[in-house]
Amino acid sequence: MKLTGAQILLKCLEEEGVDVMFGFPGGAVIDIYDEIPNSKVEHILVRHEQGAIHAADGYARASGRAGVCLLTSGPGATNAVTGIATAYADSIPVVIFTGQVPRALIGNDAFQEVDIVGITRPCTKHNYLVQDIKDLQTIIKQAFYLARSGRPGPVLVDLPKDIQQQKVEFDYPKDVSMRSYKPTRKPHIGQIRKVVKLLKKARRPLFYTGGGVISSAAHEELTWLGQKLSIPVTSTLMGLGAFPGDDDLFLGMLGMHGTYAANMAVNDCDLLLAVGARFDDRVTGRIDTFAPNATIVHIDVDPTSIQKNVSVHVPIVSDCKPALAALKKETEGTLEEFDWAADHKEWVDEVQGWNREHPLTYKDDGEGIKPQYVVEKIYEITKGDAIIATEVGQNQMWAAQFYKYAKPNTLLTSGGLGTMGYGFPAAMGAQKAFPDKLVIDIAGDGSIQMCIQEMMTVVCNKLPVKIVILNNGYLGMVRQWQELFYDKNYCATCMDAQPDFVKLAEAYGAAGFRVTEKKDVEKTLREAFKVDKPVIVDIRVEKEENVYPMVPAGASLTEMLLV
Amino acid sequence: MSKHTLSVMVENEPGVLSRVAGLFSGRGFNINSLNVAPTLEKDVSLMTIVAEGDDAIIEQIVKQLRKLIPTIKVKDLTELNSVDREMVLIKVNAEDSKRAEILRIVDIFRCKVVDVSADELTIEITGDQSKIGAIVNLLTRFGIKEIARTGNVAMQRSMQIEL
Repeated sequence: MKLTGAQILLKCLEEEGVDVMFGFPGGAVIDIYDEIPNSKVEHILVRHEQGAIHAADGYARASGRAGVCLLTSGPGATNAVTGIATAYADSIPVVIFTGQVPRALIGNDAFQEVDIVGITRPCTKHNYLVQDIKDLQTIIKQAFYLARSGRPGPVLVDLPKDIQQQKVEFDYPKDVSMRSYKPTRKPHIGQIRKVVKLLKKARRPLFYTGGGVISSAAHEELTWLGQKLSIPVTSTLMGLGAFPGDDDLFLGMLGMHGTYAANMAVNDCDLLLAVGARFDDRVTGRIDTFAPNATIVHIDVDPTSIQKNVSVHVPIVSDCKPALAALKKETEGTLEEFDWAADHKEWVDEVQGWNREHPLTYKDDGEGIKPQYVVEKIYEITKGDAIIATEVGQNQMWAAQFYKYAKPNTLLTSGGLGTMGYGFPAAMGAQKAFPDKLVIDIAGDGSIQMCIQEMMTVVCNKLPVKIVILNNGYLGMVRQWQELFYDKNYCATCMDAQPDFVKLAEAYGAAGFRVTEKKDVEKTLREAFKVDKPVIVDIRVEKEENVYPMVPAGASLTEMLLV
Repeated sequence: MSKHTLSVMVENEPGVLSRVAGLFSGRGFNINSLNVAPTLEKDVSLMTIVAEGDDAIIEQIVKQLRKLIPTIKVKDLTELNSVDREMVLIKVNAEDSKRAEILRIVDIFRCKVVDVSADELTIEITGDQSKIGAIVNLLTRFGIKEIARTGNVAMQRSMQIEL
């Protein structure tokens, strides 16, 4: 049967198992919107395109499935660019469909025309401008395949309006074959055996894990290896949740705001097993002093990540899951003959000693509410069984430090790009994927105002996201840098002119709470989490609290400022 | 820092040149020359790129090129035994008193005069980088008015022996 381009798009989405997309209509996609009522794919109407792309991203991170959004041409598409770059930086599978002016008008500076394929070329894994209706189905198939496979990432498909209206036979390809794209999935077994040999020799091994462990769902293999072979684990921000956060072998995050134990362990380890992590500058600090005593093994599905920032001794190009599974298989037999726990005891004791010496902490002395205390309470109340989204800045670091993530896909945060305004719409997307789960956005008063318009979306779609604002009246992370490195010149960071967040919540039809005293924190959070609609909890925290430990930008990991 | 000649086979589709060029500019890699042309296979283009960098940078360039979705194959010809050639058109001042000497140089280098006027000669030369560098040097003193270069094209030798 012949269908229009618009009908084909929706059919293809059904074939790909897409149940929801986030979008915003406009002239260049009106033909697609005309067909949405006849489709099984649900459409969530956002209030700004940035909300749509972050929601699709949050949906993808929480569910492990590809997120989808549908936007119009020109400003509709450009409004999503920040979100596309966010997904690209964190390797999140999202497929973005944008409308485009009719082919005959492309290049004429037509109304709402923009070269979105050109604009997004450096921030997508790949993108397409559909120029022939005959290619449409193959392109959609490839778009989903590219987004999900290898190192995942966003893929954009630009659909001229006349293509949406043309007809062609519907025949969705069953599978994809691209001669130019064949990602390596499995590790070279010789390299894995090399790692086993190194492990047997190592006295002070350390896992350094990243978002790749989560995107390839290798958390079980990692947990097995860490626990059975008695290897301490430190994680990047993106990797939190892949190894149980409350395990004694878990050292917390490393890097700029990493724990004392994690950064010391990196400095002292003799074997560093980097898995699905990419030696980002926020992780390594001064690069030439990073892991100075270690033999470095690097497992990553993306060959460009390997040997990019540091030179490694054993590179392994592989998806994390098959690589860790192979490592598990190769070491399983050693458990009986070899007492790994005894072998690493001295090292594990030392690492845990660092943790006792300088645990993650804060001075909880005065009257005021410490933001870290709020995050601890959120952890206690939820018992770690919630999906946490964060904005960017101090709120993000405290959410990473003081909440112990037990499972993968439970922390949604913009790690690579550091996009303020990400958390709330991402929480919205996660709530759509898991309607019955408690989804909390740990926010700052600055970031939350960047996508606050999505309050209307969560209210009208009954997505009961809980927003907890750690409200200090500052753009806190920048203020912290100004305090520490710029003589307290608080230029443009004071945000105490702010809306009444409680009234704002109520104006949107959500519930609002305000907490100004420490004794009310727990009670109010408990109450707020029980409300069956979206909630804003405005918590007035200590204004000039800092995130510690802190490694100043460009310093070595051992040069930490502590509490 | 050294120059590497990369042979990059890509899908011949719109935007592919921009993806390659954007990769170099976006990541701050140095590109010396870039040549693109179709191959016998109708959907495939061959790019010859001369890039400059230390070993780590060249390794990144090669990997990043491979990572582009339309890239089919990347070869670093510098590490293989290969031939490389560039063609250059040079328009040079040639008043009567200099003309004979210029023609001698043309002869020595076995290049061709492809256009002539009362006081200019246009010379076509094909060769490797050292040959082209030499003739450009020799002609500079007569006054080069215009120069157009194709950029390198290169190919791995069939038999891995030095000729």
